[in-house]
Amino acid sequence: MENTASHTIQLIPRPGQHDGEGARVAEAARRHLHLFTGSVQTSAVYSVRYPLSAEQLQSFAAQCLQDPLLNDAALDEWAVAPEFKSYILVAKGPGVTDDEGTSAQNALQDFLGTELDTRTQHIFSKRLYLLEKKLPEVDLRHLAEELLGNKLINRFVVGHTADGIRDFTPQPGGGADSTTRTIRLENLTDEELVQLSKENVYALNLEEMRAIRDYYYSKETQISRAEAGLTPDPTDCELEILAQTWSEHCKHKEFAAVIRYRNAVTGEEKEVDGLFKTYIKGATSEVDRLLRANGNDWLIKVFSDNAGAVRINKDSLFVWKVETHNSPSAIDPYGGAITGILGNNRDPLATGIGGARLLFNTNVLCFGPPNWSGPLLTGQLHPRRVFEGVRKGIEDGGNKSGVPTVNGAIVFDERYRGKPLVYCGTGAVLPMQLAGQDAWEKKIDAGDRIIMAGGRVGKDGIHGATFSSIELDEAAPATAVQIGSPITQKLAMDFLLLATRRGLIKCSTDNGAGGLSSSVGELAGISGGATVELEKVPLKYPGLRPWEIFLSESQERFTLVVEPAKLAELNALAAEMEVELSDIGEFTDNGRLDVTFDGQPVASLSLEFLHEGVPRKVLEAEWQLPTLHEPKLPASLDATELLIKLLGALNICSREAVIRQYDHEVKGRTVVKPLMGRTGQAPQDAAVVQFNFESWEGVAVSNGILPRYGDIDPYQMSAGAFDEAVRQIVSVGGKLPNLTPGDGIFWSVNDNFCVPDSVYDPVTNPDGKQKLAALVQLCEALRDMCVAYHIPLTSGKDSMKNDFKADGQKISVPPTVLYSMTALMPDVRRAVTSDFKAAGDVVYLLGDTYDELGGSELYHLFGELGQNVPRVRPAEAKDLYEKVGRAHDANLIVSCHDLSDGGLAVAVAESLFGDDNLGAELTLEGELPALAELFSESHSRFVATVAPEDVVVFEALMEGRATRLGVVTDNGHLVIRHQNKTVVYAATADLREAWSNGPVNRVMAGEELTLQA
Amino acid sequence: MNELTATTRPVHALVLTGFGINCEEELAAAYRLAGGEATIVHFNQVLSGETSIHDYDVLNFPGGFSFGDDLGSGVVMANKARFRKLPSGRTLLEELRAFIEAGNYVVGICNGFQMLVKMGLLPDFAGQQEREVTLTHNASGRYEDRWVRLAVNPRNRSPFLKGLTSLEVPVRHGEGRLVIRDEEIRSRILAEGLNCLTYCDATGCETELYPHNPNGAELNCAGLTDTTGQVFGLMPHPEAFLSLYNHPDWARRKRLDPNVSEEGDGLKLFRNIVEHISQSRAAQPAEAASNEVSL
Repeated sequence: MENTASHTIQLIPRPGQHDGEGARVAEAARRHLHLFTGSVQTSAVYSVRYPLSAEQLQSFAAQCLQDPLLNDAALDEWAVAPEFKSYILVAKGPGVTDDEGTSAQNALQDFLGTELDTRTQHIFSKRLYLLEKKLPEVDLRHLAEELLGNKLINRFVVGHTADGIRDFTPQPGGGADSTTRTIRLENLTDEELVQLSKENVYALNLEEMRAIRDYYYSKETQISRAEAGLTPDPTDCELEILAQTWSEHCKHKEFAAVIRYRNAVTGEEKEVDGLFKTYIKGATSEVDRLLRANGNDWLIKVFSDNAGAVRINKDSLFVWKVETHNSPSAIDPYGGAITGILGNNRDPLATGIGGARLLFNTNVLCFGPPNWSGPLLTGQLHPRRVFEGVRKGIEDGGNKSGVPTVNGAIVFDERYRGKPLVYCGTGAVLPMQLAGQDAWEKKIDAGDRIIMAGGRVGKDGIHGATFSSIELDEAAPATAVQIGSPITQKLAMDFLLLATRRGLIKCSTDNGAGGLSSSVGELAGISGGATVELEKVPLKYPGLRPWEIFLSESQERFTLVVEPAKLAELNALAAEMEVELSDIGEFTDNGRLDVTFDGQPVASLSLEFLHEGVPRKVLEAEWQLPTLHEPKLPASLDATELLIKLLGALNICSREAVIRQYDHEVKGRTVVKPLMGRTGQAPQDAAVVQFNFESWEGVAVSNGILPRYGDIDPYQMSAGAFDEAVRQIVSVGGKLPNLTPGDGIFWSVNDNFCVPDSVYDPVTNPDGKQKLAALVQLCEALRDMCVAYHIPLTSGKDSMKNDFKADGQKISVPPTVLYSMTALMPDVRRAVTSDFKAAGDVVYLLGDTYDELGGSELYHLFGELGQNVPRVRPAEAKDLYEKVGRAHDANLIVSCHDLSDGGLAVAVAESLFGDDNLGAELTLEGELPALAELFSESHSRFVATVAPEDVVVFEALMEGRATRLGVVTDNGHLVIRHQNKTVVYAATADLREAWSNGPVNRVMAGEELTLQA
Repeated sequence: MNELTATTRPVHALVLTGFGINCEEELAAAYRLAGGEATIVHFNQVLSGETSIHDYDVLNFPGGFSFGDDLGSGVVMANKARFRKLPSGRTLLEELRAFIEAGNYVVGICNGFQMLVKMGLLPDFAGQQEREVTLTHNASGRYEDRWVRLAVNPRNRSPFLKGLTSLEVPVRHGEGRLVIRDEEIRSRILAEGLNCLTYCDATGCETELYPHNPNGAELNCAGLTDTTGQVFGLMPHPEAFLSLYNHPDWARRKRLDPNVSEEGDGLKLFRNIVEHISQSRAAQPAEAASNEVSL
């Protein structure tokens, strides 16, 4: 790239203007790093590589960049006040998305009134931090890496101002590199094959490498390659395509594997013919049969596209997808989370023809404790940093896209400190028909053009698919990190919305893991082939090899299928909306994926071998009973104190400081928000979102996740998480599906498994059989619950290697499954919120409490796990949910809150958080010990209130499933009696204070927490 | 145009979108629910001259994250308005001035307010579209979504606020802190009642306390008009409170009063402006027929 003369514009806070960022950096350095910086001044810096006259530069800075009320500008020289002795310059690495620089380019183009090349980076944004104290460079670098950026994406220059300020501006690339290499596999030994796979991050095992070698050097392949003028050896691009297409991330090889399962406890032995086929697809087929038999035919598309689709009404479909983005979030929490959200947004956007309107996001996050004080392994980020980075990524990914984050969950467990889990979910509405075509269908014919839309291609994200399919270690590749650009995606999204409605796009898909190789490779399966001309793909900067262009996971890109006759109109619309389109090839029907660069073959693969050639795995699973016991808690425990401690526990306390940084109501349709009531602080169960302003129809959204229960019983953990998600929807007024013929109440579930490496290896994974057995049990429970409730799975994902390895140690996540559920709410005005509403209302417990403290938050307070894990009793639960549904129909329930972490006592307290003036006087008549009555986490229960005048009708309707506990009072106190003793007595305000002032809100406020006893 | 068509033609709002604006749908819905009409167009359709703002009664700059708030919220969009030439040879900002002189209305909400401020249209005492105030990072340093209560300045000049004394609305921003250039501008804002909306506590008293004043704005100011009252900008989102069911406390309020109105406070602003424009037209049908004014 030509290195034109560079200008620098520095914006310094004007005297008297508060430098909030500077103050926060100084404070965070003191708190978290014990570094005393003195005062810190921040400046925005723009390095401009366009040729500008001094006058142009001056007016551009003054008119477009500088806010005359807030800052002064320094041009082509550093403005450093003498009191500042140290500096840190934070720039972005070469090729890293620089939205702010791009926006400045846009502003410069508007300002000059001339056309500029704004698609290549010519303005680079940076930040300069000036520190009052003279700190050693090692401290400055430490501060930079811990607080100001991430060394995988940023470049830091640190030093002392007395020596002058050194600058860094990325100098991307050299010339274009059209080299395609071949790689000889013939006669390689097994060791050499494995080594080759490892060195190139193919993440293929020996058997897979052998399958590729045997395929290439078979007589048939050699003859056909010779005839086509191809090299006998595979090209680098071909191996890369195979590696990513066969990756665990894309092919789900472990969910497709044959599993030899043995339960050493029951003696049961069986062979599972693929977890996906047996339990997930199998369950949905069975549920679909049950639904259709009863006239409910709303299940439109399952498992076969980017997202599943169900019918809302005759005009529209609901499209719903949840995915994970764990590995990238471990090494770059902000970038990992934002690309997770934006990438997941693209799934419903590009389902069927494409162009769905996004309705909401929901996010479930699993982190190590933010107050972790143990050691960190090489390359491992502190859990607090992971938490803050991921949270910020979700804030920007959702808020800047204009998609409300309507709810979510955060789960803390020490075992997530190596790899966090970042689940991103997005719901959307797609018209049934787009320009006269069925919107959910993907149709492609030979001759259709392949059009790439959205961002340009760089080296970012290369090997994302294969990288996420292996364990993380300290040598994680920097290129695996991507930074999302919500603004680029918003432009592409607005464009897709219009183009699909005008019938200009035949169908679309997103470019996620594997980039073009994956999107084109999958679409080619529909028409029967494709030819891609890689030199037509626009690049962020030169220097990419053909295979890198094809594999790059640069974000915000869609692949569109367009009929040649519609190209001109599509291009005109794209130009108006400032979205870059590139015609990069065509679909064929010759059974091959052909890739060329400047007319030279780069890859040519048979689609059959590409998609069907991967050898099936055979895995071993064996279940041994874990050693468990019920603890003996001290007899003298005070239940009020326990309740207050539980309300302040990491997994129960308020998430308000996080929630408020997410826009949960843009679009103006969020009817049940995460926090409600007079105080705006009462936590809710499912979210409820209205579809549009023309009707009151909407959707309820919930998440169920209970990893700790899996330490006792994976089956019950999975069943419990499923039930938790169901009962949250029932709580807000949703009804189970298929209760009456043709009622059209859709439910749509995404299952997301995140497990540690579960492939047995005597040395590296000695307990692999037990982990895989746990996974089998999770799946068994899932199938049983789907069939019991007639709730179908519509889409899902599995992430199989959630381990962090470094320094000879391994940190593995507990086997975790998230069920994300949605259900039709025919009238959102009938939604029921969790908070108690009025004094005098009668309080009920719906459902039954058992002595099930195993895995509970109460036991966790004492460092115990226990044994009596809550069990789901599906028949009883379904009966209760049907009754609650009828009570909702009759408008009898005024408030309803599902019971989960912390049991009845916590649920009642939370129900009071909407209004400090309210209290409750309750009597527990059950025969269990007080601690079990109060804190047992038995499933399928609610605490509900009913207006006094409705009590008789309500109790008759509930037929004994509602236990009257007492009344809501106006004295601001919670009183609970058990066996003639007052066991809980506390002011509502004090309970809310304990909850609000919990560790999550304090971490968000920047406090350094000490480890709890 | 005769008097009959002038008065029966619905009030028509133009709602801009594109480049990261994201509240256009609910804003358009607000006008429709209030009895007006609304058309959503991409910003570039106005810059290309395909859509003329002069065909509409109210021009709306909705909320969102135009250009991701890069270079400061609203700045890049404001630059487009200030520097890009339309086929008319004028900039959008010049067209806006003509639009205002013709008696029409301009409103900016959240990011739209930021755009109007960065264009220099608020408060614009000097009439030169120079920046007399600015909107910048919240004192908390954070983006926040929370509901606030606003007191309406009884001396306000905006027909949007007619008859209102207070309202509840959500704020959802990271850069809502109003900073005023100097004492002179500050006293003129106060003297002329341009600070039309003020953050207050639950009892309706003005306050600088967080979180009632969520961003640390000077004068606890949540919204401004220009001296004509035709240009109105505010940080909170009235278009996000069109129905009772948008409010975080709706369920309790409905329990306590089953007959509580199903309309949200925010809708009142849009009913006001639609009614005001209809009535002005009825009073002066001749003027209403033409929006064309030369600079």
